[in-house]
Amino acid sequence: MSPTPRTAPIEVLLVEDNRDDAALAIRALEGAKLRNRVTVVGSGLDALAVLRREDRFSDAPRPDLILLDLNLPGKDGREVLAEIKGDNRLRDIPIVVVTGSQDEGDVRRSYGLHANAYVIKPIDPKTFLEAVSSIEQFWLQIVRLP
Amino acid sequence: MSGTAPVLIEILLVEDNPGDARLTREALRDAKVRNNLHVVLDGVEALAFLRRQGKHAAVPKPDLILLDLNLPKKDGREVLEEIKQDDQFRHIPIVILTTSQAEKDIIESYRLRANAFVTKPVDLEQFLKVVQSIEHFWLEIVKLSRP
Repeated sequence: MSPTPRTAPIEVLLVEDNRDDAALAIRALEGAKLRNRVTVVGSGLDALAVLRREDRFSDAPRPDLILLDLNLPGKDGREVLAEIKGDNRLRDIPIVVVTGSQDEGDVRRSYGLHANAYVIKPIDPKTFLEAVSSIEQFWLQIVRLP
Repeated sequence: MSGTAPVLIEILLVEDNPGDARLTREALRDAKVRNNLHVVLDGVEALAFLRRQGKHAAVPKPDLILLDLNLPKKDGREVLEEIKQDDQFRHIPIVILTTSQAEKDIIESYRLRANAFVTKPVDLEQFLKVVQSIEHFWLEIVKLSRP
């Protein structure tokens, strides 16, 4: 079902400050059918630096997909979302919000800021792995990325 | 994963091809999450449905929209743009479901704020699988905005 035969791995940017969650997400993506490379950053500022190839991220690849936590140190995930989706050069990159927040205000605001999807992080590690695998299956195998 | 209480998800399918609409309905019938599929045949009717105009006065608000790009009367691209510019509706996820594989359509759709772009497979079995994947992700994994 893979849409385009692509030779380069799919680049995933994971913005997550919780090391355990990041490790779990990486594990789920490593088991994916499609070849992908995950770049992990722990703050909103670093996420924007990767996208703009600033400083130590000058060689960073352009991500095909972004997984974004909402509660981040420094610059909040909501601000990062608004900045990326307000930037004409970056706004076509799909962003899946992956967060512990179940607040309907966060859900509605995130979609209003043009998050492509909103996924609540399951607390149970096994269910969390399954959720990341589902994200991978849909976005890497079914969806046509830009 | 998102729903704890048993919910009924309202899906709006904007599709002028009756064969594709029938297949989509079939694929959604066996879904784990209870859903109600509403089909409209063109872009004008899609917007009338959202705005509850005319014969759509009593319809529910859709939780998810599946939108074809090539539609009679009003094109899918225009429908996408109108919905995503409307504060009342922009939080409703729109999955583009089209035969187009053109890179131009993919990029334009994401720029117009489509939530995801999916190419309709020509093969029947693959088509059913794709709709089931959309169902699995958007109805079981994603948290939709439902006040």
